[in-house]
Amino acid sequence: MSPAAPALVAVRLRVNGRERVESVPPRLLLSDFLRYRLGLTGTHVGCEHGVCGACTVQLDGVPVRSCLMLAVQTDGAELTTVEGLAPGPDRLHPVQEAFRQEHGLQCGFCTPGFLMTVTAFLRDHPIPSDQEIRRELAGHLCRCTGYQNIVRAVRRASVLLATEKARERAGTP
Amino acid sequence: MKPPVFEYVAVASAEEALAELAAHGDDAKLLAGGQSLMPLLNMRLAAPGRLVDLNRVGSLSYIVERAGGVAVGAMTRQRAIERSGLIGARVPLLAEALPWVGHTAIRNRGTIGGSLAHADPAAELPGVAVCLDARFTVRGPAGERALAAGDFFRSYLATALAPTELLTDVWFPPLLPGSGSAWIEFARRHGDYALVGVAAVVTLAGATVSAARLALVGVDAVPVRPAAAERLLVGAPLSPESMAAAADSVQRSIEPSGDVHATAAYRRHLAGVFTVRALTRAGERARRL
Repeated sequence: MSPAAPALVAVRLRVNGRERVESVPPRLLLSDFLRYRLGLTGTHVGCEHGVCGACTVQLDGVPVRSCLMLAVQTDGAELTTVEGLAPGPDRLHPVQEAFRQEHGLQCGFCTPGFLMTVTAFLRDHPIPSDQEIRRELAGHLCRCTGYQNIVRAVRRASVLLATEKARERAGTP
Repeated sequence: MKPPVFEYVAVASAEEALAELAAHGDDAKLLAGGQSLMPLLNMRLAAPGRLVDLNRVGSLSYIVERAGGVAVGAMTRQRAIERSGLIGARVPLLAEALPWVGHTAIRNRGTIGGSLAHADPAAELPGVAVCLDARFTVRGPAGERALAAGDFFRSYLATALAPTELLTDVWFPPLLPGSGSAWIEFARRHGDYALVGVAAVVTLAGATVSAARLALVGVDAVPVRPAAAERLLVGAPLSPESMAAAADSVQRSIEPSGDVHATAAYRRHLAGVFTVRALTRAGERARRL
């Protein structure tokens, strides 16, 4: 006999800068909460046991697997999903732009996870070595690209981000 | 793949966690970083009636100097330990092994106490703790007790923790002067559990080995300290011959099992090769001091 469903739990959190208040069952995964409750289907669900990296989001600024967290655990948290990266509808985030330029994706299923890891990685390591890039990407599976273009995309992203920072410092748009 | 139904409580202190365990016993399961338990729940390999979430227990997250060594709170994130200057300087073996644990996103959530209490026989942190003779503090209904890392791991995913007990603190003793350490492992993909991992600490007095410690993971149901191999190294210079003898002793003392990832013979082969590599690197680091 299965036990009665436990009571719903209220959570209040910010997702991509927007305040959200929801009532969730304790067993609801963060990945499913984002997709089905908030309609943020950019977060993809692959293996559901932490191996593939497709569901990676940023929790208080650091990448985590959303399939290995419960929605109830995010009360009070600040979440960023792939929908929160681009500065506007007509502009991509520099890391997204680099993936586009270097053909760092084919089917795109794994891409949101890569983007959430790479944006945090380049914040901490603005000029990474190839070895550091490859080690960081090892937490994400891509079945299309063979990874070469993804490594190139990360290299280009570090250049684009540095250029953007230099422009900001110079006060030019 | 969704977790089964469970009750959920987020406790704010170790005392509240202990009260939950006392009230619910075997039916309750502690949730630390969740990087091992959540997959088990998703795959329905675990079905606790009540999840006791420790992630709001801030008092169990710290890295501090204590009694000449370094103490780490059980709920300290692996990523915080990896980036700690104190750990890098005083417990370099732990700092070297941590990047092998999962991936950045895993270590951002995973905790030292969660990994130790989960006790996977191929995990890095239990091997490091056993090699360094870490002391674990465990709290239960009758109060606190201290356990040596070597007495904590009992079998595959099984520890000395009673269902009513909570691992709260891990203390790493100071290394003897003149000590170098090294971690060597092989996994099919970076971040996977090790096929075999070897930890070594070599202490030199001049050119002579005054103490040597080895620990292996992935070769038995618990981390293994090959005492006979350690004894072979002490009292002589660290040489290709002495390391080969130690590796031979290691290979004869272990009984690894084979699986889809590697045969028993291959694991035994790796254990010997990595024993030499870990000792070599630890010896080089000891000489540089």
